[in-house]
Amino acid sequence: MKRSMAAWWFVGPALIVLGVFFFVPVIGALFMSLTDFDLYALSDWRNLRFIGFHNYVTLLQDPLFWKSLWNTLYFVVLGVPLSIGTSLGAALLVNSKLARFRGFFRTVYFAPVVTTLVAVAVVWRYIFHTRYGFLNYGLSGLGISPIDWMGDPHWAMPAIVILAVWKNFGYNMIILLAALQNIPEDLYEAARIDGASGWQVFRHITIPGIAPVLLLVSILTMTGYFQLFAEPYVMTEGGPLQSTLSVLYFMYEEGFKWWSLGRASAVAFLLFVLMFLVTAFQLRLGRQRGDR
Amino acid sequence: MRRKGPAIIVNTLLIVGAVLTAFPLLWMLSVSFMPTGAASTYPPPLLPAAPTLDNYRQLFANHNAGRYMLNSAIVASLATVIALVLNTMAGYAFAKLRFKGRERIFQTLLGALVIPAQVTMIPLFALVKQMGLISTYGGVIVPSLASVFGIFLIRQYALSLPDELLEAARIDGASEGKIFWSLVVPLLQPILVTLAILTFLATWNDFMWPLIVLTDQKLHTLPVALAGLSREHVQDNELMMAGAVITVLPVLALFLALQRYYIAGILAGSVKG
Repeated sequence: MKRSMAAWWFVGPALIVLGVFFFVPVIGALFMSLTDFDLYALSDWRNLRFIGFHNYVTLLQDPLFWKSLWNTLYFVVLGVPLSIGTSLGAALLVNSKLARFRGFFRTVYFAPVVTTLVAVAVVWRYIFHTRYGFLNYGLSGLGISPIDWMGDPHWAMPAIVILAVWKNFGYNMIILLAALQNIPEDLYEAARIDGASGWQVFRHITIPGIAPVLLLVSILTMTGYFQLFAEPYVMTEGGPLQSTLSVLYFMYEEGFKWWSLGRASAVAFLLFVLMFLVTAFQLRLGRQRGDR
Repeated sequence: MRRKGPAIIVNTLLIVGAVLTAFPLLWMLSVSFMPTGAASTYPPPLLPAAPTLDNYRQLFANHNAGRYMLNSAIVASLATVIALVLNTMAGYAFAKLRFKGRERIFQTLLGALVIPAQVTMIPLFALVKQMGLISTYGGVIVPSLASVFGIFLIRQYALSLPDELLEAARIDGASEGKIFWSLVVPLLQPILVTLAILTFLATWNDFMWPLIVLTDQKLHTLPVALAGLSREHVQDNELMMAGAVITVLPVLALFLALQRYYIAGILAGSVKG
């Protein structure tokens, strides 16, 4: 009896903090999204009016919301495969028996992950600079004429994808590296004796061996990429022509520029629902593949 | 002899990858030592012709960088200490103490991991405003004080502590508090370092919530200040690179010093799925 009392003293503080600052706000977000919560309501809650699904209805009719949604999906669809591919390539190289100084390379590849996103976005904005940036300088060596990365609506989002891949690939590389090292050595040995080619080994031993982890990292990366915000905030301010306006950026502007906090909550909720559906879909797809 | 070709390819690719990965950070460092305007030339210079500390001097003298650095350090340290205490106590209890509803509560917490923090941001802003914590250190750290991930991390590690040891201490008449403090905490030491560095880096690097809640410029953390500064001084690349260096360098150094613990945390976290 006394011991279970003591246990509550141990979990109580964390549960109270999580309750007040996480679970209550989650419920609060759902509630707020059904109201016209604005600057007046923020100063006095009596100004709050319940308006049902009005926020959701007007959002789904707002072309700018759809624009932000497509931009975010474009970023996810382009960024996630590129990130995972780069991570896998790096993991295979670092894991290779032929590689030297593996610890050193692992550290270098991982370093961008711990850097501050805002700071490296500032650095990359400079690298992408049309006239003085290093990227266009490098491309000119290949005979490619300068690209207006931050000023051309076609190139601004790909530029942000490049930054995101550079910043994040080390994270998944570490996880994939651990998965690669878990594949039993005798599987490779057996394949070698059977005379399998390098590609066959990769296709039939490596990939199945890390498939569950690949599914996991792609879900984690995807949910992370849906939350795109700091990169466009620093590099493009959502432009040019709103081509890098993400859903969270849209939410930020609705909430803290126009102070339509009710509407902003509805945006947050729609994003959450979308992320949830895509994750569920991916898990299902992964399970079906696993059954076969 | 036969394997020499592939070995050269693998190692060359590794080197090319490392150069591409490290280049932005090295260039940032190099340009931060260039005098104003020196980096706005074509072709872009690799190394400063006449290295100077002017940009750093200007940051600290005219742009309050010292203050922002202090803000970042206070926010990250406060959040780390409190998160360490709360998550460790809870994680240990979920692993080793028996209480009613333990499994159900833990499952609920894990389920909440699918909810992104951004969903809570707007109501949290209203709540923090009600509490009078807008533009305070308290307001910034509120969402990082306890985390499901932190509790999970500690619990997984604490599960491996031998029950006999805890029982023996209880038979000797030690209180639960004393067992926790003098027996459990020392045994959890490696995972505590992991949780500390993960929390410190996450709060130091955090941007969106501090941007929303810190309306008073004096309290801005480095990322928020740098984002604001970079909007005002778009053309001043050398100054911006110096600002990026002072923001990134502390966390990069911390990571290099405690790399092993950080990576252990990532691997433990990836098992949750």
